[in-house]
Amino acid sequence: MTIYGEKDCAITGIGQSEIYRKPTVQPLELGLRACERAVADAGLTMADIDGVACWPATPPGTAYGFASAAIADVCQSLGIKPNWWSEANMGAQISSIMEACAAIAAGYANHVLCYRSVGQRWIPRIPGGAAAAGNHPAPVGPYEYMIPYQAPSAAIWCAIHANTHMTRYGITREQMGWIPVVQRRNASLNPNAIYREPFTIEEYLEARMISTPFSLLDCDIPCDGTTAVIVSRADAARDLPNKPVRIEAFGAGGQVRMETWIARPDYPHMALNDATKQMWNRTDLTPADVDTMHLYDGFTWLTMAWMEAFGFCGEGESGAFIEGGQRISLDGELPLNPNGGQLSEGRMHGLGFVHEAVTQLRGQGGPRQVKKDVKVSAVGSGGGPLGGAMLLRVDD
Amino acid sequence: METAAPPRNLPAITETNAYFWLGGADGHLHILRCQKCRTWIHPYAGRCPECGSAELAPEPVSGRGTVAGFSVNHQQWDPTVPVPYVVAIVELEERADLRLMTNLPRTPIEEVRIGLPVKVYFEEQPGSIFVPLFEKA
Repeated sequence: MTIYGEKDCAITGIGQSEIYRKPTVQPLELGLRACERAVADAGLTMADIDGVACWPATPPGTAYGFASAAIADVCQSLGIKPNWWSEANMGAQISSIMEACAAIAAGYANHVLCYRSVGQRWIPRIPGGAAAAGNHPAPVGPYEYMIPYQAPSAAIWCAIHANTHMTRYGITREQMGWIPVVQRRNASLNPNAIYREPFTIEEYLEARMISTPFSLLDCDIPCDGTTAVIVSRADAARDLPNKPVRIEAFGAGGQVRMETWIARPDYPHMALNDATKQMWNRTDLTPADVDTMHLYDGFTWLTMAWMEAFGFCGEGESGAFIEGGQRISLDGELPLNPNGGQLSEGRMHGLGFVHEAVTQLRGQGGPRQVKKDVKVSAVGSGGGPLGGAMLLRVDD
Repeated sequence: METAAPPRNLPAITETNAYFWLGGADGHLHILRCQKCRTWIHPYAGRCPECGSAELAPEPVSGRGTVAGFSVNHQQWDPTVPVPYVVAIVELEERADLRLMTNLPRTPIEEVRIGLPVKVYFEEQPGSIFVPLFEKA
């Protein structure tokens, strides 16, 4: 009999820093605040933390950038002496949780601090300043066959996927726009969100085009901040203050040979299609059991691709599924990103979805708590060559 | 005579990519091919992913393909590159999932569609690099 180690793991604590569009606090400090809040929320002390995981790999001393709080610096600052640590990649931005489950199952740790720190908005106050404008590093690996084509951004790479898929199935921008419209309405109830002013579908359609079919309102909001969660051995979670949020199943998409964005035989499918497949193979639950969706929205179409990959609707049916927005609203049958997602709250990059799923499963969403009983939540993070899919649940 | 092409952020030329970026000097697009089972391989691999053979060598391809997907980019990422422009994925006729990202600067934007037949041509850049681009066939 196969044992799925994540079923003996639970999320016992969550913490988030302030989220800054124009940061006034340095990135490592934001990382430390999120970690301290998660440990405190779990009812633990730093001495209880025996594992640490983050994504992606972050060299010690990193001061700012795509990842901005190294495990070495977090441990040094907080006095953590881990038995085990990891910066692995396979589960996309939420890889740390997959790794934590593996470490717990293997007996290396009981309480793993997992975090994602983003600090790309920070302009370092150091001699010489940030890297000079226009001084791009030469592209390497699969990106050497993409970036030279005046395609420096994932906005373009994803836009080509989206255009291909939407053309094939007749999905329109009028349909896709319900994702940012509904999520911004949700964000108006989230005091931590960067953008909280609702807009209409008509205003969405007038927004400045970035790369067809994506306009500015289809792209998430770069920000600085850190999200942290504590993954605990389930039998060590029982005595802690919060209702444990159990990890029902985790799936990762990691066909490394396909990491060219465009080479999959089933293009425009992506790693996220592999992640959901692996995840469903590790559970008896079905899409009908899911109460809330916490799906990656770096670009709106990715959210639709996740809905289709999870099986909440059929292949090519996501446009009709979200049209009008009722189904995915807070009072709808399958609410989407109650915190506003990365499109409104800010690009907390993956773990932000986990933070919100746990918040909803605990019933702690306040004004943005969905209008239904939440027992099972789906989290999907990533696009292109990255995919991590997870089901979280609370017991009756 | 076309006006000088805007600069591109090109990779460093190495032993594993020179055939692609420099190979267009002879007017042909070159793709790595297994000499044993004849599979086309892109990007570079050290063994044939299909049969495991180490006997791999670049060979010229027809340069013909179809547009598998595209986006019209309007964002001014680089002040030296005029917008809008098309970023496309072209599927080469040699193999269904042999795809390249590319630009179609010679083809009017309104004529670009999924399924459009295209053919390769090259844009010379400093360092004897010949960037493969495509146009309506």
